[in-house]
Amino acid sequence: MSHFKHFVNGIIRENPTLVLLIGMCPTLAVSTSANNGVGMGIATTFVLTMSNIVIAAIKNVVPNKVRIPIFVVVIASFVTIVQMTMEAFVPGLYKALGVFVPLIVVNCIILARAEAFAQKNSILDSLLDGLGMGVGFTIALTTLGGIREILGNGTFFGMSLVGENANTILVFILSPGAFIALGYLIALVNQLKKTK
Amino acid sequence: MAKLESNLKTMVLSLLGVCAVASALLGFMNSITEGPIAESKLKAKLDAIRLVVPEFNNDPSAEMYTVPSDLGDLECYPAKKDSVLVGVAVSTKTNIAFSGSFAVMVGLKPDGTIFSTSVLEHKETPGLGTKMMEPKFKDQFVGKNPGEKILKVRKDGGEIDAITAATISSRAFCDAVMRAYNSWKKGEQQ
Repeated sequence: MSHFKHFVNGIIRENPTLVLLIGMCPTLAVSTSANNGVGMGIATTFVLTMSNIVIAAIKNVVPNKVRIPIFVVVIASFVTIVQMTMEAFVPGLYKALGVFVPLIVVNCIILARAEAFAQKNSILDSLLDGLGMGVGFTIALTTLGGIREILGNGTFFGMSLVGENANTILVFILSPGAFIALGYLIALVNQLKKTK
Repeated sequence: MAKLESNLKTMVLSLLGVCAVASALLGFMNSITEGPIAESKLKAKLDAIRLVVPEFNNDPSAEMYTVPSDLGDLECYPAKKDSVLVGVAVSTKTNIAFSGSFAVMVGLKPDGTIFSTSVLEHKETPGLGTKMMEPKFKDQFVGKNPGEKILKVRKDGGEIDAITAATISSRAFCDAVMRAYNSWKKGEQQ
């Protein structure tokens, strides 16, 4: 059970987006629809888990002073692999996520977990931590994307909820709406944590 | 195993080792995905051509020719059915889009009437500018002949209904379509 707590940790108590507040740039930029949120979340989870495993495996042969460049090389390699695989086999999703796939490299969740967790813990714990953080990120992104899609576009996962000419709250699709929705979501999570 | 000390030798060696493994892995992945990527790109192009011109049975990418425009050469793909020209797919672009530029495939019938359009690549705002791909907007262009009436959004005195909150994208779309027609027409006359 003690290993399992590393997995659960990332989902609520230390949710990277809603509690630790890291990785804000991709969160705000990609969460325009629930679909994009899921796609970005899965890609990030893969990179996060793989880089956590590798970094935990090589932590003893990495001299402290060059650890950051080495971590970045590892992360960038996995991102490139994801990018090439997506472009080759799921071009639709690749097109939808566009520039945000290469930007996973600079998603600070991944480097932060490498620094704060993977380089100090075992391979198994790092794997679970990566998975948990990834799932937490995916849930946060999908929720935020869902809220923005429903309010701003009247659809959910591309399904239309309101009539063709209904007036939707356009601002939620734009960047300011992302900040507003994220703010309320964080407030909600804080409230939930308080009452628990 | 104790953590390696940070001296010049270990730092250089570990960085070199990690980079060597990473590049070998990437090279290997590239050799696997190269084929499928080229294939899916070609397929996407043919699909885009198929979407915008009437049914054809030649190979438009083999008969491709280019026409000059103010934004560089545009590729034209003639679609023929039993050697009779049924339409031309013009790969056009615009540089006045909300986020710089986007590319559209415009299908013209031999008389210059628009058969259909399809966005190839863009960086417009999701949920706003991306509505240019929806029928409500793009069907306005079908059956119109840019030679008879210049296509413009209503705000500019034309008769195209712009997308709500995305006038710039709509305007850019008209610009791309007009560029396709004008360049194709010029190529025709020569």
